[in-house]
Amino acid sequence: MKPFTYERAGSPAEAAAAAARRPEAKFIAGGTNLLDLMKLQIETPAHLIDVNGLKLDTIEPTQEGGLRIGALVRNTDLAADERVRRDYGVLSRALLAGASGQLRNRATTAGNLLQRTRCPYFYDTNMACNKRRPGSGCSAIGGINRQHAVVGASEACIATHPSDMAVAMRVLDASIETVKPQGATRTISIAELHRLPGDTPNVETVLEAGELITAVTLPRPVGGSQQYRKVRDRASYAFALVSVAAIVQPDGSGRVALGGVAHKPWRLDAADAEMPRGAKAVAGKLFADAKPTEHNAFKLPLAERALASVLADARG
Amino acid sequence: MASPPQQELRRRSMIAAAATTAAIGTVPAALAQSSAETPPEAAKATTLKVSFTVNGKPRDLELDPRTTLLDALREGMNLTGTKKGCDHGQCGACTVLLDGRRINSCLTLAVMHPGADITTVEGLGTPDRLHPMQAAFVKHDGYQCGYCTPGQICSAVAVLAEIEAGIPSHVTTDLNAKPQLTGAELRERMSGNICRCGAYSNIVDAITEVAGSKA
Amino acid sequence: MKFDTPATTNPIDQLKVVGQPVDRIDGRFKTTGTAPYAYERHDAAPDAAYGHVLGAAIAKGRIQSMDLAAAKAAPGVLAIVTAENAGKLGKGEYNTARLLGGPEIQHYHQAIALVVAETFEQARHAAGLIKVEYAPAKGAYDLAASRDKAKPAGTDDEPADSSVGDFDGAFGAAPVKLDATYTTPDQAHAMMEPHASTAAWNGDKLSLWTSNQMIAWSVGDMAKTLGIAKDRIHLMSPYVGGGFGGKLWVRADALLAALGARAARRPVKVALQRPLMFNNTTHRPATIQRLRIGATRDGTITAIGHDSWSGDLPDGKPETAVLQTRLLYAGANRLTRLRLSELDLPEGNSMRAPGEAPGMMALEIAMDEMAEKLGLDPVEFRIRNDTQVDPESPKRKFSQRQLTECLRTGAEKFGWAARRKPMQARDGRWLVGLGMAAAYRGAPVMKSAARVRLDARGIVTVETDMTDIGTGSYTIIAQTAAEMMGLPLQKVVVRLGDSTFPVSAGSGGQFGANSSTAGVYAACVKLREAVVKKLGLNAADAQFVDGEVRSGSRAIALGDAAKGGELVVEDAIEFGDLAKKYQQSTFGAHFVEVGVDAATAEVRLRRMLVVCAAGRILNPKSARSQVIGSMTMGAGAALMEELAIDARHGFFVNHDLAHYEVPVHADIPHQEVIFLDETDPMSSPMKAKGVGELGICGVAAAIANAIHNATGIRVRDYPITLDKLLKDMPLPA
Repeated sequence: MKPFTYERAGSPAEAAAAAARRPEAKFIAGGTNLLDLMKLQIETPAHLIDVNGLKLDTIEPTQEGGLRIGALVRNTDLAADERVRRDYGVLSRALLAGASGQLRNRATTAGNLLQRTRCPYFYDTNMACNKRRPGSGCSAIGGINRQHAVVGASEACIATHPSDMAVAMRVLDASIETVKPQGATRTISIAELHRLPGDTPNVETVLEAGELITAVTLPRPVGGSQQYRKVRDRASYAFALVSVAAIVQPDGSGRVALGGVAHKPWRLDAADAEMPRGAKAVAGKLFADAKPTEHNAFKLPLAERALASVLADARG
Repeated sequence: MASPPQQELRRRSMIAAAATTAAIGTVPAALAQSSAETPPEAAKATTLKVSFTVNGKPRDLELDPRTTLLDALREGMNLTGTKKGCDHGQCGACTVLLDGRRINSCLTLAVMHPGADITTVEGLGTPDRLHPMQAAFVKHDGYQCGYCTPGQICSAVAVLAEIEAGIPSHVTTDLNAKPQLTGAELRERMSGNICRCGAYSNIVDAITEVAGSKA
Repeated sequence: MKFDTPATTNPIDQLKVVGQPVDRIDGRFKTTGTAPYAYERHDAAPDAAYGHVLGAAIAKGRIQSMDLAAAKAAPGVLAIVTAENAGKLGKGEYNTARLLGGPEIQHYHQAIALVVAETFEQARHAAGLIKVEYAPAKGAYDLAASRDKAKPAGTDDEPADSSVGDFDGAFGAAPVKLDATYTTPDQAHAMMEPHASTAAWNGDKLSLWTSNQMIAWSVGDMAKTLGIAKDRIHLMSPYVGGGFGGKLWVRADALLAALGARAARRPVKVALQRPLMFNNTTHRPATIQRLRIGATRDGTITAIGHDSWSGDLPDGKPETAVLQTRLLYAGANRLTRLRLSELDLPEGNSMRAPGEAPGMMALEIAMDEMAEKLGLDPVEFRIRNDTQVDPESPKRKFSQRQLTECLRTGAEKFGWAARRKPMQARDGRWLVGLGMAAAYRGAPVMKSAARVRLDARGIVTVETDMTDIGTGSYTIIAQTAAEMMGLPLQKVVVRLGDSTFPVSAGSGGQFGANSSTAGVYAACVKLREAVVKKLGLNAADAQFVDGEVRSGSRAIALGDAAKGGELVVEDAIEFGDLAKKYQQSTFGAHFVEVGVDAATAEVRLRRMLVVCAAGRILNPKSARSQVIGSMTMGAGAALMEELAIDARHGFFVNHDLAHYEVPVHADIPHQEVIFLDETDPMSSPMKAKGVGELGICGVAAAIANAIHNATGIRVRDYPITLDKLLKDMPLPA
């Protein structure tokens, strides 16, 4: 871990100002991913701005009938919130399927969205990785890539986004509220937040340098049967091979997003439109442009079968 | 959360001390560094002060900001009951209670916790006065090599509190009902604590007994 | 004490303390965090500096240059150790690869430097400032690709080839036969305490606290590597946070801590970073195993053949996966062969039940497949081919062999009769299957010594360099001494893991419990003699009961014998040729119920039961823990554990505890263990054997067989992950 200076910010504005002063700074909240990566010198901030004192840790109703979730709400608290459990069950389920009790107690809503990939080549600094060292190449292509992306990847990167929560947020059409270093605020849809790797897999989100997530808002509840199905080798404390977040309405319409298959939560309007026709039709659309490797081709039938199982459960 | 004065945060303290200085109080000599011939990068190697409570005792530390809470406990305070198994949040051996909630102490910086109330395995009980969970682990042989054990025990104490508080888990059938105290619930909730010796079945027996006697 | 005739009745047979399920005597320390492990010796080395290890970035080749300037100049750095500045180093007898690499690199993450600094944070940072230029060389990393070049290779105990009768002829003529190939992957010990050491020099004398299973071996190898006399080294390992064979030898942490402490003129402590461990240390090597079994139509095996291929670094050894096949089932015509390829992967070596653990993973699926071909129940098929004699030399009997009893007891307790044909049982979304396998593991013994002291308070202190790696050594040794001296457990103190104590068997190969307690038995026999003599009693009728020595009408407090000064005696148990005359082994039967998700093919364990026949069980509580622990590790081997090789770069890619998955709580159901009544007078005066490794042998195959029963799919390539099942699973209705 490289030496860094450290300060605590007292308000979002103060945090933004601090970030403006120190462009090489990183915000730290839960720290469960950032410190992991700093120890391996994959992340090397020269300055840390501790945002835990920003009082962004409440969940409040919005005027539109949704919920505004403070960026610092811990994963445990978000999953356990009565309104979330009642109206956004897919989000509770996704959070509870992720990590461990200890990690969920620290990890924050914003930090969870900004998790970096768990690609083992990204984690090994001896290996080429375009995400870690742009232009060095992608060791996962042609290597061990059973966990990797099957769709939306590029010649430069086949990493997946590891979050469960983000997949549920995607199917719930969440929005991200931010403040930029100069103080301007904006709202970004979850669909737009994460980027596909393209030629610049090191650029993972549309956030600008020093831009701070302050909240995530959920639109008013859409009801339906809300399911999150995470498929993994071990029964807990493991990242998804494939996960399915789905909301199914009594008339068979609905929405679905997949985790573990792409560089971002994977959801397509064309696939949602196929929901009444069942898993095969939906998967056909989701994977229309899939380019799996020899090791991860199983994710295609796996996702379809997991979705079929979710739809069957939703029908009761 | 009380913010310490800005000047303290911004302070760049260089402690000049001989490398052989013995540990004084809670500031380990190991954190002292020579100011002679330091390269430019050393200018960043400041120490910061932080105060919190560990097992009921107030502690004032001056630390390299890179120091994790885990290393502050183990190396700075000689509280080696909390274990370092992986240092990356992948095993749970470093589990402690931070303001009553279990966390991986390897994935948080000590300086991030001014005013916090921290409980480690040493704060639960002692060899002559075991906490009921520690006694149950002994009775049910819920450990073998002992290295994951402090983390398992801290986690177990927190798990019962989490169920009591109504926090759901991945295996909770009805999200809108109070979670039940079942074997499946305990196994899921304890899954962030790896035991390579494979004492899981006994650990669940130990926790079940403590949970039963509490009811 | 020489043990060369079968044990007769002795004080252990009273079973007042031995054989009782007492709590571990070290439990209150382990559960309160007060048991000090090797990196935690603030008491002994309060001023220790911190070492951080740098591992090689290539698998094979040479270091062309190392630039240490920036690291040396970094804050807090006290010293940097490399092969260039470490002086002449030897190589330990038990190490295949050198512990400090450079300029030649033998495997990925081989240690090439240790940075010593005032703080952990400084050492870690400075290690990242070392710049290394390499000249990589081409290596061999693919076992399957190198199979044709593999050479016959045995070990000290196991010949490369064994053959009885005419295997080829009998197999060719058998009316029912199986010829199938199975693969097991490289696996990691992944013990929870990383390899860790604290080293301090006092003049030319080294004190080394290190996490280690075999004290005397490791003193010898440290001496050989450092080029100093053995008596210059004091090695201590009172608590070991798991070993499983990975800590049988000194590793880079120990050597580098010693070198670092010498260079920095300060005590130094080093723990291998978790992401370094998987490639830096040893692992269980992958195998390719071909099983050929021929039988008559009624299920009598007439031919059994087992070929195993594995790989290791030059001068390495084969994984002896054919061991059990020479002894487990009858059959007149037999053949086993071990073949070894040179691979440039990290060093392969012992991991819990080397040989039998991967060997049984293959053999016991093959037996299930054979039973299916024969239309026989797999329990019945095994019973039909049971033997009471060594099938290779029928005059040599097993000392005890209750395999059939294990199988029958297990089948009954588990409800095996309810097992249906494949794909017939369903519980909601789960396809349910039952599977079973035999368990088999040898019961070797090793010379083991102990010293016992009696003081005037009547307290007996046992000192032996035996280690407790979670196995319960502290407790069973205390039970042994208490039984022998007629004391309650509270009157016995046990001190372990110190090279100033008499040399024990150490912890490994399932020989530790029986051998080390037998050594304590021998020392206690000697202490009883000394006590009787001191008190002037009649040796013939002296009884050691309730803290007293009774003889005729006299009853004297035990401590009185030490009134004039502590009585100290030492003895060792040395084993004669009973193990040659009689085959000594442990047996068991595993039964498993699995659920396989009909949609996703995720496998989850629902029930596990094992019945063990393993001699006298010294402590049913800690022995049971050993068995459930092995079953858990075996479950990992069955379902998830695999070091994934990137054959382009020659390393294990998944080198941390997130990427190398081992079972968590949620993977393991309630586990049941039944010990059959057994005492084995051929094994030792304790009449015990070992159980620490028996439990892992066969369990993975039982799971594989249960998956087959659930799904009808036979996977012969471990681990059995869902992708290997999915392609053959019909879509759920």
